[in-house]
This record gives sequence, C-alpha cells and structure tokens, in this order.
Amino acid sequence: MAKKEKKQKEFLTEYTVTNSLEKGDIFTKLSAVVFGLGNIVRGQVIKGLLFLAMEIGLIYYFVSFGFRALSQLVTLGTKVTGQEWNESKGIFEQVNGDNSMLILLYGVISLFVFAVLVITWRASLKSSYEAQCIKANGLKPNTFAQDVASMFDSKLNRTLLFLPVMGIVCFTIMPLVYMISMAFTNYDRNHIPPGKLFDWVGLKNFVKILNLNGSLGQTFWKVLGWTFVWAVFATFLNYILGMILAMIINRKETHWKGFWRFCFILSVAVPQFVSLLIMRTMLQPEGAVNILLRQIGLLGDGQSLPFWTNVTWARVTVIVINLWVGIPYTLLTMTGILQNIPVELYEAARVDGANAVVTFFKITLPYMLFVTTPNLITSFVGNINNFNVIYLLTGGNPASMSYYRGTAGKTDLLVTWLYKLTIDNKDYCYGAVIGILIFIISASLSLSVYRRTGSYNNEEGFQ
Amino acid sequence: MSKTEVINSDEKIVRTVKMSPKRLITNTLVHVLLAILAFIWVMPLFWVVLTSFRAESGSYTTTFFPKGYTLNNYIQLFTDTSIFNFPRAFMNTLIVAIFACILSTFFVISVAYTMSRLRFKMRKPFMNIALILGMFPGFMSMIAVYYILKGIGLTEGALKLVALVIVYSAGSGLQFYVAKGFFDTISKSLDEAACIDGATKFQVFTKIISPLSKPIIVQTVLQSFMAPWMDFIFAKVIIGTDPKYYTVGICLWNMLQKEYIDRFYTRFAASAVLVSIPIAILFCCMQGCYSESVSGAVKG
Repeated sequence: MAKKEKKQKEFLTEYTVTNSLEKGDIFTKLSAVVFGLGNIVRGQVIKGLLFLAMEIGLIYYFVSFGFRALSQLVTLGTKVTGQEWNESKGIFEQVNGDNSMLILLYGVISLFVFAVLVITWRASLKSSYEAQCIKANGLKPNTFAQDVASMFDSKLNRTLLFLPVMGIVCFTIMPLVYMISMAFTNYDRNHIPPGKLFDWVGLKNFVKILNLNGSLGQTFWKVLGWTFVWAVFATFLNYILGMILAMIINRKETHWKGFWRFCFILSVAVPQFVSLLIMRTMLQPEGAVNILLRQIGLLGDGQSLPFWTNVTWARVTVIVINLWVGIPYTLLTMTGILQNIPVELYEAARVDGANAVVTFFKITLPYMLFVTTPNLITSFVGNINNFNVIYLLTGGNPASMSYYRGTAGKTDLLVTWLYKLTIDNKDYCYGAVIGILIFIISASLSLSVYRRTGSYNNEEGFQ
Repeated sequence: MSKTEVINSDEKIVRTVKMSPKRLITNTLVHVLLAILAFIWVMPLFWVVLTSFRAESGSYTTTFFPKGYTLNNYIQLFTDTSIFNFPRAFMNTLIVAIFACILSTFFVISVAYTMSRLRFKMRKPFMNIALILGMFPGFMSMIAVYYILKGIGLTEGALKLVALVIVYSAGSGLQFYVAKGFFDTISKSLDEAACIDGATKFQVFTKIISPLSKPIIVQTVLQSFMAPWMDFIFAKVIIGTDPKYYTVGICLWNMLQKEYIDRFYTRFAASAVLVSIPIAILFCCMQGCYSESVSGAVKG
C-alpha cells in the first residue's frame, strides 16, 4: 500500500477537477459550461477558442445524431421491416425498419464520443484553474507558442502517444466493446438485420454455452477439451523436442552445426500460410506423401493414409505438423540460452558421475525453465489461439454433425469455431461469448505469471 | 555460429583422449538422426520448388518427381492474368506493406519510447491495458472493424487497400514490449546529459536515442513490412471477392480452391516460391539485426 501512495504522490497536482470547482473563481466555474472561457479571459485566447470549438463540435454531434443513437441503444430498435398500410395511397407499402446492428454500432461510437466530451470538459476546467492560479501568483500564463513548445518537451508523452492511442481506441477497443456488447444480445442467425431486430437478453447466451445439456453447451465443452489437449501437446512437445534438437546440434562433437541449423530455420523463412497450405495438399489422400509411400511400396495401389479424414489421425497430424512449424522457432530462441548455461555446472556433474539423462533433468531443464517460463506461458496462450495452423490445415474438419448444427469440426479450436460461428454462420452473439471466455482463460493463465516476471516488475534493472 | 565459440577446456581433453567405440556409435547415430530430421524439414520446401517447375498440370500426380520440367508456370503467372492477376496482387501487397510498415513503425517506436523514457500518470495503466487487450482473440473484433471501416466508407474500390493499411497498422501501438525492452537498456544518463545541455525531450528522442536504436528500428520495420505478406484472413474479410484488389495471400488461397486447384496448382507452387524468396531474405536480415541488437545492448 505504501508503494501505491508514493506512486500517486509522484504525479500529484493541485490542478484537479475538484479543486477547480471548489476554489476556482467565477470564470473558472463558468468554464464547465462554456469550455475555454477561463483561458480566454486570462489571455490564452487561442487555447480557449480551441476548447470552445471542440465543445461546439461535440454538442453539434450530440444534438444532430448522438442523443438519438444513445437513446436507441436501450431498445436496439423497435420498428420491424415489413408491409404497412398506407391510408392516402390505399396500398400496402414496404417500410424499412430499424437496423439493430447499426443502432448498436452507432450507440457504441456515441458512447466513445461522450467520453471525449467528458475528457474535454475536465481538461477545460483544469486548464482554466491552472491559468487562474498562475495569474494569482503574479505570473503570466503560457502563450500558445509556449504551449506548443511544451508539447515537444515536458508533455512529449501526449504528442507521441496521440496517434497510436487514437488508432488503438478506434480500431481495437471500440470494435471490442461492440463485440462484447453483442454477447448480451440475441444477434444470431435468426435475428439478422436488416429485416429482423435483435434485443438485449442479458446473460442468457452465457448460460446456453456453459450449460452441459444443450447442444451448444456440449459442443463448447468438447471443443474446449480438445483446445486444451492441443495447447498442452503443441506447447510442451515443441518446447521439449526443440530443446533436445538444440542440444543435439550444440553438442561439442556434432559437425556442420551451421548447416543443420540452416536446414531447420529455412522453413521459418517461408511464410507460414504458404508452408501450411503446402502441407495440406501433400497429405491429401492423393497427395505427395501417400504417393511417395506407394512408390516405396509401404502402401498398396489405391490405398492411402487418412490424414485428414479420420478424427484421431487428423488430430495427431495437426499436432505433428505444428511440430514441423514450431520446432525451428524453439531452436532459434533456445540456441542462445543453451550456450549461456555455465559450463562449470556440467563439469561438476560429470565429476560426480552423472550421465546425460541426469544432467538433462537436473541441470539443463531447470535452467531453461527458469529462463523461459514467461515464453512458455505466452506460447501456451498463443496455441489456444492458434488460428492459422488449424484453419489452414484442416479447416476444423472432419466435420461432426453431433456438434451444434454442424458448425464445428473435430479438430476445431475455440478460435476457429468462433470464426466459423461469426463469419460463416452469423451467430454473432455466441461467437462473442466464446471470445470473452477465451479471453478469461488466457488472461487468468498469463496475467499472474506476467506480473511476476522481471521485465514487468524490474524494468530498470539493466540501466 | 563459428567453431571457436564452442571450443572450451573439455574439448581439449576430448581431443587428447582417443575416441572410444561407444562414442563413435553415438556420434554416427546423432548425425544420421539429424540427417533424417533435416530431410523431413527440407522435403516439403524442396517439393514445392519441384512442383513449380513441373510440366504436367493438376494437383495430383502419380509420381513424386515430375515427368518434365518447364519454366512456363512462372511465365504464365505474369502473362496469363485473366483469373488471378499475380503481378497486380504483388503490387497491391507491396503498396499496403510499405504504408503499413511506415505507420506501424512510427506507432511502435513512439509508444515504446514513451513507455520506456517518459514518466507520467497514465504510464502503468496504459501498459496494463495493452497487456489485457492483447489477450482477446484478434478475430473476435474483425467483423466490428469491418463495419466501422464500412461506416467511414473505406470498403469501396481502391479504398479497400487504405482500409487494409489501417487494419494492419492501427493497433500496432500495442506491440511495443520488445522495443521498450531495448530502450530500457540504453543508459538514462545520456538523456540527463542532453537535458543539461539544453535539449528538449523531443530532441533527445530524435537526435540521441533514435540513432542509438537502429537495430530495433530496423527490426520493427522488417517485422511490420512482412506482416501483410503473411496474412490472409483480414485481407479476405476486407477485400472480399474483388480480384482487382487481391493481395498475394488471397491469391494463393484462392488458387487452391476446388474450382481452380487443377489448373493452378503448379502456378500456386511457383507463386509460393516467388513470395517466399523476398520474405526469406528479409527474415535473414532480421536475424542479423537481432543478434546485433543483443550485442549492442551489452556494450551500452
């Protein structure tokens, strides 16, 4: 707690919103209504006018569009598309109803614009109060040129962060909020706008997906189970086998080290989706691998191994191919770390009569785990979300009709199922719920570990 | 990795003692194992190169090695542009990659520098938010991004490419962790010395720290340049079915669809080779930069 208090003091300022409202003079207080008034009165005309322009722009937005968007957010539209009796013409007319999807989108955008309004309001109050205090101390408030100059010096963080944060807010956070809010609606294949409305349903979707008895719930738990099996195998096999390979290449008595490394790393340099598409075609029933096996004589004519058609085969194949994709990456990171293990440890072990297996489990593995645990967690989470390998190799197939409306296949991970639900089947609300559940799983797995690592807690350790 | 690095006291001992038969067997086994594994790793790539020169078309052949060799697949890729305009897709991807690269390098470096060097109230909260946002699956918001871009009117005609640039670069400010780690290793006394000499913080950034950070800047540039070549999911959602604006990724993906695979299979292999070569070269550059940056950091 003491640390936290110190943290807060570090950035303590007397120019707060509460202070401005309590101790500000009449102009400062009026700045809450007329943005920038306090600045204009105290000589900072351009700054004040900028605040005022912001206010006018934002209020214009809300009057012309924003308020309606926000109020519609409550109902998500009430008018259904359909035919309506037109009295004057005496005919039924096609009337366009509300589009719930757009209403939700505009509502979310308006919420963000409202946040901008609040931020501007606070900034205007603070800036006005600051000018008032400086004036009271007999000093001159900053001119506009000085303000601009400070944006490149003491307030450089604002200048540098402005565009990146805008990008993140508009194209990462806003879409996320939009999708998360969909999880609480019934926007599925039966409620697709335009034409039909969808509405808020609260936590119903979560109940449906977590419920073991429904078809949706059964699919979810089965897919989740396979996702975990996949993530465990993909992560730990890659890690262990990659490490062993790195050790074999690093052995003192292995010749042509550079050549071996080159062979393995060559496959990393090829774009992943290209190599995965190649693998997919090679392992088809009539693909190169089966033909090669027939030519060698291991398979009879017309026989083929069911790489993608049999469930167990397909599951093992994706794990094995992920090894092909992943081991070179492990090799890249491991080589450097392995060379850093102190040689004295191995010498001491040899003197004590330890053999290769014992040294591996007592020295190499603990050392590597110590250094690379954060990596391991990241790659575990990465594998839970490993869209490319599954989607490009199997597309989730072999399909299974026992899964929810046949939307998921036996090798589908949660992410690929999410993709199929939203892009192919337009069950947006279930997709959103799954996205949130994936987030909860990855976050609870990694956040605790991240926060214990040195790079998070001790970032200045190397200076 | 030069040989001198691995020579240590042990090796000298090993050399003086004659190699025992048991050791000889282990060594042979190790090399055989490595050869087999290397074969498995290289074979698919080798097979693609073979296929790209294959004379007979079609996706399935009865022999592993082609019956005839030809350069036609490469030539047709550039001359027969009726269904898949590969040169155009290549140019599209190049343009998108260049702009996305400029924008996202700027974003990543500014955020990383700010988080590493400047101290302000929102710093820790920002880093935590970045961490949390990174844990949502990227595909979750893809549809929403599409609708927002559509709302701005960026999903028609050539503007699709602008939309693609935005998709690749807008969120890149979140990927600042590696670059921040690099800035963290540059001594802070440099900043202080420059400040005493009257430099503003912006001058410290552009004139002092940036020249020292060339390795990480080059790495960021290469990484963000490569991303559009590697992606096809976002491109597919945003470009849709408009062949004029296909990127290389969509082009390759479509060549393997049922209706085209027989005709375009060998051309697919040829274009895969053509795309892989520049990426492989860039990748090697990046590896070079990476080891350089590590050694540079130790000196700093």
